[in-house]
Amino acid sequence: MTQAAADNALAALLFAVDPTGLGGVVLRGRPGPVRDAFLTLLRACLDPAAPVRRMPLNIAEGRLVGGLDIAATLRAGRPIAERGILAQTDGGVVLVAMAERLADPVAAQLCATIDTKTVVTARDGIVSESPARIGFVALDEGEGDDEKLSPALLDRMAFRLELQSGLDEDSLAYDLDAVTQARARLNGIEVGDPVIAALSGTALALGVWSLRGALLALRVARASAALAGRNEVAMEDAMVAARLVLAPRATRVPSAEEPVPEDQPGPDEAPIDDATDPPEAPDPPPQDDTPEPESDGAANEMPLEDVVLAAATAAIPAGLLAQLKADLERRGASRSQGKSGALKKSGKRGRPAGIRRGAPGPNARLNLVETLRAAAPWQRLRATEGGEPGRIQVRFDDFHISRFRERTETTTIFAVDASGSAAATRLAEAKGAVELLLADCYIRRDTVAVVSFRGKGAEILLPPTRSLVRAKRSLSGLPGGGGTPLAAGLDAAEAMAASVQRRGGTPVIVILTDGKSNVGRNGLGGRAAAEAEALQAASAIRQQGRAVLLVDTATRPSPLAQALAAAMSARYLPLPYVDAARLTQAVQTITPKSR
Amino acid sequence: MTVAFPFSAIAGQDEMKRAIVIAAVDPGIGGVLVFGDRGTGKSTAVRALAALLPQMRMVDDCRYRCDPANTVRLCSECLARLEAGPLPSHMGPVAVVDLPLGASEDRVVGALDLERALSRGEKAFEPGLLARANRGFLYVDEVNLLEDHIVDLLIDVAASGENVVERDGLSIRHPARFVLVGSGNPEEGELRPQLLDRFGLSVEVKTPTDLATRIDIVRRRDAFERDPQAFIALYAEQDEALRTAILAGRLRIGAVEVPDAVLEQASQLCINLGTDGLRAELTLMRAARALAAFEGVGTVTEAHLRLIAAPSLRHRLRRNVLDDAGSTTRVDRAVAELFAG
Repeated sequence: MTQAAADNALAALLFAVDPTGLGGVVLRGRPGPVRDAFLTLLRACLDPAAPVRRMPLNIAEGRLVGGLDIAATLRAGRPIAERGILAQTDGGVVLVAMAERLADPVAAQLCATIDTKTVVTARDGIVSESPARIGFVALDEGEGDDEKLSPALLDRMAFRLELQSGLDEDSLAYDLDAVTQARARLNGIEVGDPVIAALSGTALALGVWSLRGALLALRVARASAALAGRNEVAMEDAMVAARLVLAPRATRVPSAEEPVPEDQPGPDEAPIDDATDPPEAPDPPPQDDTPEPESDGAANEMPLEDVVLAAATAAIPAGLLAQLKADLERRGASRSQGKSGALKKSGKRGRPAGIRRGAPGPNARLNLVETLRAAAPWQRLRATEGGEPGRIQVRFDDFHISRFRERTETTTIFAVDASGSAAATRLAEAKGAVELLLADCYIRRDTVAVVSFRGKGAEILLPPTRSLVRAKRSLSGLPGGGGTPLAAGLDAAEAMAASVQRRGGTPVIVILTDGKSNVGRNGLGGRAAAEAEALQAASAIRQQGRAVLLVDTATRPSPLAQALAAAMSARYLPLPYVDAARLTQAVQTITPKSR
Repeated sequence: MTVAFPFSAIAGQDEMKRAIVIAAVDPGIGGVLVFGDRGTGKSTAVRALAALLPQMRMVDDCRYRCDPANTVRLCSECLARLEAGPLPSHMGPVAVVDLPLGASEDRVVGALDLERALSRGEKAFEPGLLARANRGFLYVDEVNLLEDHIVDLLIDVAASGENVVERDGLSIRHPARFVLVGSGNPEEGELRPQLLDRFGLSVEVKTPTDLATRIDIVRRRDAFERDPQAFIALYAEQDEALRTAILAGRLRIGAVEVPDAVLEQASQLCINLGTDGLRAELTLMRAARALAAFEGVGTVTEAHLRLIAAPSLRHRLRRNVLDDAGSTTRVDRAVAELFAG
C-alpha cells in the first residue's frame, strides 16, 4: 500500500481526535468502497457520543441554521423555534454531500460556523445563538478543475484527501483507546518554537499564503503528538502535518530563493532548476511506495525546517507538482491560485422577488411564514366565529406565495487562438474584451471565462469568474506561439459551455480565430485532417444550439473562418484590428437578454 | 458566547487596525470595508472591535438604544415618553451586530411580531437587525456574496439613517444609524459601486510574506486557542489603553484644527485623482481629523493625510478597467507627486 493510502487513514484518526479544531476533511472522489471505509473508520474513532449528521445539498436555509417550526407553531398557536442541523450536531461531525455544488451562501454559512463555533439564527422572527462545534466532512465528487469546493471553505479545512489513492488501515497501529486518550490529552500538548517556525517556514516556502494553512498544520501536529502519546510535538508530528496539510495546499515548488511577494512578478528565469535540486526529490511519485522522506539518521543532522519542508515537498501530488512547475515556467514564481483557487459557481437560485398574496400551485411555493403573518391578526375574531378552539384558522385569503425572478447567469466563454505570430494581439484583444465585460458585470452579475489553444491542445486560462482581480491575474503574461489545434479549442469551449449549462447558467461562446488549423485532436500536424476535425467540432457545437460569435482575426475575411461560422450557425464578425470595445459590443448582441 | 481574540494582539495589518479605530472614534465616517486575501485576520479584527468600544448612554427599555442627549434622533416611542418627562437612561455596550449571509429580509428590517399576533391578536412590530445595530456597528462578512435584495436594503438605510417598514400592514419608521463594516475576498466577486460608495474607508489586507511576522501570528493564535482567558488577560492592559485613547479621541475631535494648507492639499489630491463628487474630500478630512484626535494632537498635518489617503480614496476612483495599475498604486502615486512638489 502507498504512503498516500496510509496517510488517508491517518487523517481519519487525526480528524477524529480534534474534529472541531481541524475544521474538516475534504474527500475528493466518487463514492465507493474507499469512501465508505474512510467514513466507517472515522465513525469508529469518533467519540461515541458525538452526533454524525448528513447534510443534503439542497438543504433549506431553515433546516441548516434553524427557524420557525411550522407544525409546532400551528399546533401551539405561538411561534416555536426549531434548531437547524448545525445546532443539533454540536460536538459532532456533519457530512456535506456533493460539496462541490454547494451554493455560495451555504458555503459561507459553514465557514462562519467553523470560525465562530456557533450558529446564529436570524430568520422567521427568531434570533438565537447556539454553540456549533462541528467538524465537517465534505464529500467532493467534482471532476476537473472547475468543479471544486468553495475556496473559502477549502481554506478552513485541514485535510484534502484524494480517494483514488486508497485507504490503508493496516498501516496504522491504532486502537480506539489511544484516540480517546488523545482527545483528552490534546490541550496539554506543548509545542516548541522550532516546530512553529518550521511549519510557518514550510508554509511560506510552498506558497501556502493563507495563515490558516500554518495554523491547521500546527493543530494537526498537536493531534498527531496526542495520538502517539507524546506530551510535546516532535519532529515526526511536524512532518505528518506538513505532508497532510501543507503539501496539498502548495502553490509553488520550494526554491532556495527568497519568498517572492505576491504582487511582484517573479523572476522570468524560472527557478525550475532549484526546484529539482535535492533535497526536494526531483519528481516524487507519490503513487508509489515513497520511502520515509528522510531516514532518522539523516534527518537529525538537518535543521528541523528543512526536514519538514522535504517531507511536504515529497508529498505534493504529482499532478499538482507538474502544474506548479508549468506555472513557474510560464510566469515565474508569481502567485497563482490556478488550482486551489478555482472558483465554483453554483447555479443561481432565482432572486427572491418578493412575496404576494395568492394561492400556491405548481409554480408558486406557499410561503408559510407570511401566510401565518397574514392569518395572525384575525385569530381572535375568527375564534369567535366558531371552528375548533385552540387551532389556528387559516383562510384561503391568507395564502402568500414566494415569487422568484428566474434569471440565469450568463457565462461568456472566450476561446482564443494563441498560436502563431498574431497571438499577442489577439490575446490582448480578448483580455480587453474580458475586462470590459467584467466591468459591465457589476450590474449584470454575469461571469466570464477564457480558453486558449495553441501548440498541441487547449487549456483553461480563466475558469468562469466575476472577479476583475482574478481575470487580470490569470490573463497577464499569456504564452503564445506554436501550432493551431482548432478542434481541441472548440472542444474545450464546448466542454466548458456544457459544464456552465449543467450548473444552470447560460453559456455564450466567443471564438477568436482566423479559421486556420494545422494540429489535430491527437496533437499531430496535418492541415487537411485538422480542418476536417475543426468542422466536426463546430457542428457538435451547433447541435447543442449554443449562442456563438466567431470573430475572424485574419487580415481580410477568410473563407475558412466563414465556413466554420456556418458550421456552427455562429454570428460572423470580421475584426482584423484590435478593438476591444467593438468586440464587447458584438458579444452583447448575441447575449440573451434575460431581464 | 465565544470570546474574541484581543484587538491589540493582532500582529501587523496596521492599515486595517487604523481604519477600524478611526471608525470607532468617528462613527460618522461611514463604515469600513476590509477586502483581501483569505486567512489574514479580517474577521478577527472586526470581531475584536466589540470588546474595544467604550460604553454609551442609552434610554432605558428602548429597543433602538436611543441617545437621550440627542432629542432630534429619538424613535417615536422615546419621543412620546419624552413628553411625560426626562428619559431615564443607563450606560450599555455598543452593539456589534453580525448580519449573517442567510438572513431573510424580515429579520433584517423587522416584521410583524408573530408571537403577539398569534397569542394576543395584536399588531406589533418586531425590530430586525437594523434596529439592533442602531448607534452601533453592522458587520457583514463576505459582503460581496450578500444577496442582491439585502444589498438594496442596506444601501438605502445606510444612506438615510432610517429604516422604513411598510409590510404586514405595519407602517413604521425608526432610526437606524450604524457603521457598516464589511469584509470579503475580491476573488469571489466584487461589490456594486453603490454599496462601495457607502463605505467611508476601504482597506486592502495582504497576507504577510515575512516569516517572522507569520510565526508570530501563528504563535499568538495558538496561544489564544489553547487558553483564551489567559491570553486575553495578557493583552487586557493594551486593549484598555486603546479604549481610553478612543474615548479621549471622541472628546477631542471637535477641537482638532485643520489648517487651510492641509485642506488645500486634500482637495488637490482628490482633483488629481479625479474622484467623483465631494464625498472623497469630506471623508479624507474627517478621517484625518479622527486620526489626529486619536493620536492626541490638536492639528491635522500632512502626515495624517498621507496615512489616510489610500483607505479614503482607493474605492472612489473612477474605474478604468483597461488601466492595469491597481487603485492603491494610483493613490500612492498621486500622494507621492503631491507631496514631492
